[in-house]
Amino acid sequence: MEYLQTFWADLPVVVQILLKIAAIMVPLLITVAYYTYAERKVIGHMQARMGPNRVGLFGFRLLGLGQPIADAVKLMFKEIIIPSGANKLLFLLAPLLSIGPALAAWAVFPFDAGLVLADINAGLLYILALTSLGVYGIIIAGWASNSKYALLGAMRSAAQIVAYEIAMGFALVGVLVAAGSLNLGEIVAAQQGNLLNWYWLPLLPLFVIYFISGVAETNRAPFDVAEGESEIVAGFHVEYSGMTFAVFFLAEYANMILISALTALMFLGGWLSPFQGTPLAGWFDWVPGIFWFLMKTGFFMFCFLWFRATFPRYRYDQIMRLGWKVFIPITIVWIVLIAWLKVA
Amino acid sequence: MLDTYLPILIFIGLGLFVGIAAIGIGFVLSPRAPNAAKRSAYECGFAAFEDARMKFDVRYYLVAILFIIFDLEIAFLFPWAVVLEQIGMTGFWAMMIFLGILVVGFIYEWKKGALEWE
Repeated sequence: MEYLQTFWADLPVVVQILLKIAAIMVPLLITVAYYTYAERKVIGHMQARMGPNRVGLFGFRLLGLGQPIADAVKLMFKEIIIPSGANKLLFLLAPLLSIGPALAAWAVFPFDAGLVLADINAGLLYILALTSLGVYGIIIAGWASNSKYALLGAMRSAAQIVAYEIAMGFALVGVLVAAGSLNLGEIVAAQQGNLLNWYWLPLLPLFVIYFISGVAETNRAPFDVAEGESEIVAGFHVEYSGMTFAVFFLAEYANMILISALTALMFLGGWLSPFQGTPLAGWFDWVPGIFWFLMKTGFFMFCFLWFRATFPRYRYDQIMRLGWKVFIPITIVWIVLIAWLKVA
Repeated sequence: MLDTYLPILIFIGLGLFVGIAAIGIGFVLSPRAPNAAKRSAYECGFAAFEDARMKFDVRYYLVAILFIIFDLEIAFLFPWAVVLEQIGMTGFWAMMIFLGILVVGFIYEWKKGALEWE
């Protein structure tokens, strides 16, 4: 153990950082891969089907657990088609602009008390900035493809994302007012106490709005008009194939996980145990905080799939009305109310 | 202070690298047999009628402008929310005047029909 500690301390700082990043990114990418599998499995069972169950690992069938690996290998061997009318540079840049921010946002996440890669004071601001960058990938993809479906999908998607981003931003301001800090770790610490102290209850409208806006931000059902396959084929990524498509796909799922984790941090007390403040607290002391954090994140990740299996798609005018005329007024009123309670 | 931002810079670089590596693997492993039909824009089997970069609805432009105003407002609210306890009642009312002006503008847009999509 001591040998390991000295070995770790002797490593150059950059290598230490790279190893820490790998410890976050590798599990994250595996989760993204298996999230696509979970989606097909969960929705399959909700529709009384089996979901993928053929591709096994090492000769065993294992409920089809080999499926995401087979999918990845298949996509690697698919031709990457660049349309003749496309702007080549922007066409290839767009998927990078999608995946980069979706992964980089994890740099400031506290997984447990003190377990964070970069403990910066402007954590929430950083997250808000990076999640806003995702829209560039979509709009550049739509424009660079030089295809009508792609352009229409990108326009729709961009307008929808910016509308819901405002509601999301206002919900974040509400959390900020309540916690008084931009540091994600301090926001979680401010929710200490018991289950009713977590911000889901004091900020209930903001909690609901934040998560629904998150679903709209990631262009997921029931807000998936951007890729509405029954009207504009696949929206902004209609011209993408092979690995360029796979990168967009990865970015979408990484963003869903990101929104789930953020909701868990800001409204469900992150790594805090749900038994805190109850007589049962002592029984669960041995459970590491990261377990609770992952459970909460997993719950919201499941909700994304549940929504997709349950709700019919919104019409575009309904989406815009919900964003501008319902969510934004409610969040403004709630911010004023929270701020008043804070200073009074 | 600044050294806490170094991991973030590296993380952003690695995030982009994952994308570059994935697309690079695709280019190395995949076959390449382009032809004119394959490279044409998808249009349900027709040849494309005209350039795809066509005129689009002005309302998208309106939404973008509204977004800038509201997003700026959020940027102003962030520092205010963090120090609200220190600045107290004065700070609260100062922001309420500011927010009030924005809300008047918002109601005006609403009544003008800038938020209608039919």
